[in-house]
Amino acid sequence: MTSTASEDPISALRTEAVEQLSAADSADALESWRVEFLGRKGKLTGILRNLGSLKPDQRRAAGAAANRLKGELEAAFEEKLTASKRSGASQPADAIDVTLPGRRPRAGGLHPSTQIMREMLDAFNEMGFQTVEGNEVELERYNFDMLNIPADHPARDMQDTIWIDRDRDSADGGILLRTQTSPMQPRIMEQQDPPVRIVSPGKCFRFEATDATHEWQFHQIEGLAVDEGLSFADLKGTLYEFARRIFGADRKVRFRCDFFPFVEPGVDMSIDWDGRWVEILGAGMVHPRVLSNVGYDPEKYTGFAFGVGPERVALLKYGIEDIRHFFSNDLRFLSQF
Amino acid sequence: MKVPLSWLKDYVDITVSPEELAHRLTMAGTEVEKIERTADWDNVVVGHVRAVNPHPNADRLTLVTVFNGEEEVEVVCGAPNVAEGQTIAYASVGAVLRDAYSDDPEATRRLKKSKIRGVESQGMVCSEKELGLSDEHEGILELQTEAAPGTPLGEVLGDTVLEAELTPNRPDCLGLVGIAREVAVLTGQELRLPPLDYSDEAPEAGSLASVRIDDPDLCPRYTGAVIRGVKIGPSPAWLADRIRAIGERPINNIVDVTNYVMFELGQPLHAFDYDRVKDHEVIVRRAKPGEKIVTLDGEERKLDEEMLLIADPEKGIGLAGVMGGANSEIDGATTNVFLESATFNGSNNRRTSSVLGLRSQATIRFEKGLRSGLSEVALRRATRLILEVAGGTAAEGIIDAHPGKDAEQQTVSLSREKLDRVIGTSFADEKVTSTLSALGFEVSSAGDGWEAQIPFWRPDVTIPEDLIEEIARIVGYDEIPVTPPAGRVPSWQPRPEIGVRHRVSDALVRAGMQEIISYSATNETNEQRVPLQNGALESVRLMNPISTDHAVMRRSLRESLLNAVERNLRTWRGPVALFEAGHVFGSAGEGLPDEKVMVAGAFAGLSAEASWTTQAKQADFYDAKGAVEQLLAELHAEGEFTAAEDPALVPGRTAVITVPLAGGVQLGVVGEVRPEVLEVFDIEVPVAMFELELDALLSVTKAVAPADIYSPIVRYQDSERDLALLVDRSVTAAEIVAIARKNRLVTSATVFDVFEGKGLPEGKKSLAVRIVYQSPNRTLTADELTKSESAILRALEQQLGATLRG
Repeated sequence: MTSTASEDPISALRTEAVEQLSAADSADALESWRVEFLGRKGKLTGILRNLGSLKPDQRRAAGAAANRLKGELEAAFEEKLTASKRSGASQPADAIDVTLPGRRPRAGGLHPSTQIMREMLDAFNEMGFQTVEGNEVELERYNFDMLNIPADHPARDMQDTIWIDRDRDSADGGILLRTQTSPMQPRIMEQQDPPVRIVSPGKCFRFEATDATHEWQFHQIEGLAVDEGLSFADLKGTLYEFARRIFGADRKVRFRCDFFPFVEPGVDMSIDWDGRWVEILGAGMVHPRVLSNVGYDPEKYTGFAFGVGPERVALLKYGIEDIRHFFSNDLRFLSQF
Repeated sequence: MKVPLSWLKDYVDITVSPEELAHRLTMAGTEVEKIERTADWDNVVVGHVRAVNPHPNADRLTLVTVFNGEEEVEVVCGAPNVAEGQTIAYASVGAVLRDAYSDDPEATRRLKKSKIRGVESQGMVCSEKELGLSDEHEGILELQTEAAPGTPLGEVLGDTVLEAELTPNRPDCLGLVGIAREVAVLTGQELRLPPLDYSDEAPEAGSLASVRIDDPDLCPRYTGAVIRGVKIGPSPAWLADRIRAIGERPINNIVDVTNYVMFELGQPLHAFDYDRVKDHEVIVRRAKPGEKIVTLDGEERKLDEEMLLIADPEKGIGLAGVMGGANSEIDGATTNVFLESATFNGSNNRRTSSVLGLRSQATIRFEKGLRSGLSEVALRRATRLILEVAGGTAAEGIIDAHPGKDAEQQTVSLSREKLDRVIGTSFADEKVTSTLSALGFEVSSAGDGWEAQIPFWRPDVTIPEDLIEEIARIVGYDEIPVTPPAGRVPSWQPRPEIGVRHRVSDALVRAGMQEIISYSATNETNEQRVPLQNGALESVRLMNPISTDHAVMRRSLRESLLNAVERNLRTWRGPVALFEAGHVFGSAGEGLPDEKVMVAGAFAGLSAEASWTTQAKQADFYDAKGAVEQLLAELHAEGEFTAAEDPALVPGRTAVITVPLAGGVQLGVVGEVRPEVLEVFDIEVPVAMFELELDALLSVTKAVAPADIYSPIVRYQDSERDLALLVDRSVTAAEIVAIARKNRLVTSATVFDVFEGKGLPEGKKSLAVRIVYQSPNRTLTADELTKSESAILRALEQQLGATLRG
């Protein structure tokens, strides 16, 4: 009798615990059940503590049984707890699964070049620069000659050209794919008197081998401001403001001397990108010859011009590893922006 | 251009770190792209060759005993030129050297202890190539140094080289003296010009040779010197080292001097074998048509009349400023030299080099339009150096033909007013004059400003603005203030085409489409894979396309659109709905091509994905039409879709779109792409597309007045009644709606259900129309509604043979 008596407390405890667990119908009830049976001062611990009073062989058997019970009760408790959480005692019978995907209107998107160009144009528009657009196929005269880049001038090496008709016998020179959006400078100035303040986005093309950092087709935004009294300080003011808008107020910006045939003095604006200076914009004071070419008086008017490449900026901003993605028309690329 | 600091130090003391120097040069316009150090050799020291013995197992190898400062070591060597008593570069085990046998010029290997043909080699005697100094690997490098054995090689050969990216306006910086002048100004140091003096002897140069310039427009100045009795041979080490440091190959002492002076002063020179110039008479003239010359590279060049030739009375002896002739070349037998230092017209020189495909270090300089003052300086410098390295005697004086003497601009004036106006601030007088003087301009005050004499090395400075840049870049762009742009904001000019393009793109994005941007040029054959609308213009062809894939300007957006569809069907799991707004081109004969903006879009495969709540749906005509409707709704316009034909689109599933409100302007076409076209593109699912002209959309926006957009909200209740009609299959929804809308009480009529087939008579279909009635001034009675409905029904019966479906 004594030997069965030593097993009885364990099976009795099992029966009691299971009954009470199934009756526990709230989180509070479950917690008090846990304290009563599995807690540090709970009933199961009490039995384990009393094992010491048994004979060694009985102690081993009883200890194993008590530990088994402990495992069983813990598992039953976890199961009950999960079930009670899931059913969320207050959920009505007609509850829906709120985790199913919603009915999302199908989203399209603008090309990343368009997005960044719009962002840039907005910045300039707000400074009074109005957007104008030109053609992708251009006359040599507007792309080069009017911009102080005569034929057989080394500056033409800076922009290797794709020609449609190079040897055309005309005052306008040959026909080409514009290498820059700058032809809009003389075109607009021919059409209107100062003041001028325009930005002109569009595709440009260069005869250039393509690789991860070079594309033969790319976009550019040209900017031009001409009036009495515009100075280099105004150029800096405009471009600083632009850089703040596009790259944030904390970004370090520097202006260094650079050469472009249609400006003098010439400027390159670079930004600090992870400790490296990256040129993002070429600019300068409009060359007096460009002004006189369109009939503006360079003694009266001054101006500044700039050109920025949206893809180059996007490469930096998003960390895009290959510029060729831009015109690959691949949804795996486009859908990310 | 490479700028070895060891060489630059000849002309200016370098008082700042290479990094700081690079920064200052870059800010002032000479961009330093990288700083290279040639001194980072570990475990390579100066060694003395104590003995050279044959290798016991190999004829071509030797056993070299090298003293490395601590001990004698034995090295196996394969170089033919190794000899006892030499000072050499000894690399011990662990040194990292260029791999001279790799195809990759940057490849390196770590030197390990090894046995070569049975004999252990304790290190290596290095060639120039192994040290990364040049491609020379025929023999070992013999050092010209007094440094003790064991001295790290970097202390003997080490150098820092700046790689400078020069702008085309600064030919002066294509000479190290030009860079040194920048450095001197930017660091406040003194510039030391190289010495030009030498002793000459009678007879006069002019009695030994003559120069005649027939075409002074292409050659404003030609200076020459005669040096007799020279000894041609390899250059001394200091000269050869510098030629290598600048990235060139040493050839012989005379040629090396001409190259040296070119890299020093920026003036290309040429040395002729004096005795191979007929009558010692040099003539500078345009080539005769078809005249030929064999240039130094052994190529026969056919010339045209615009090319400038250096000739003797009999034949051409050099292509002016481009490349010398083979027939007057300096070689081992040369004893007398005629040295040329001339000024050639930049554009003509550039034209010749580009026509002949012969760009050289000389043309890179001449094409930038050198000034004639430089030629004499370079001539004297080179003569001095030739005497130094090749001996001989210089004839007295120089030959100087200078027809363009007075043509060059000498001064530029700059007013204080202009300087301040352009810069936007006022630099002190002292700063202006000291900056210009330091750069070599002779500055004097002139009225309210300055007059600057332009030094011969600055052909780029011709107008006041050039002087302004000089001042600003040296003082520093950072010193110029930042102001919000002054001046007037121009009055706003309407540019509706830009606004329309934005609205159209935005509407299509809202219709679930992704914008794409393709190349504007395409492959001519590929473009024909999709037929264009009739009346398309001729292609605009490119003369020098980037590749055959982009050889003609696209005439429509169709091909690039279907290409993009095909590519994305392969790689993208979701719906493929793409649009592009881009330029298309057509030849317009002479002048600029016809260029206009089109908007095209396509739906392919699934137009909706299957989800737990909706069924997957294949794209069809109505997806494309829906996008167009959305786009028109954005413009507050309504389109009329009329069945039509298009060579690329399925007959019976194609419509042209017109806008009655805008005078019936035709916007474009919408339809399903023909299966045979899809097959060519390897597309296996249906594709529906549209193609619209931006100009037409623009005219729509012009036709829509803001007053058309809004109508007051009617206070009276409207009523809705449905009609189920039985009509012939050929009757269109548009016809029914049009009749219903003629009734003045009808505010809208929409076909909401269509049924054909089972239970209907042959050739008939059933249409359900929802009609909304409303009056602006009362609530309609049931009687009025019924009356209107009957009238509509009657009209439908009479005009379309429609009957009410029982």
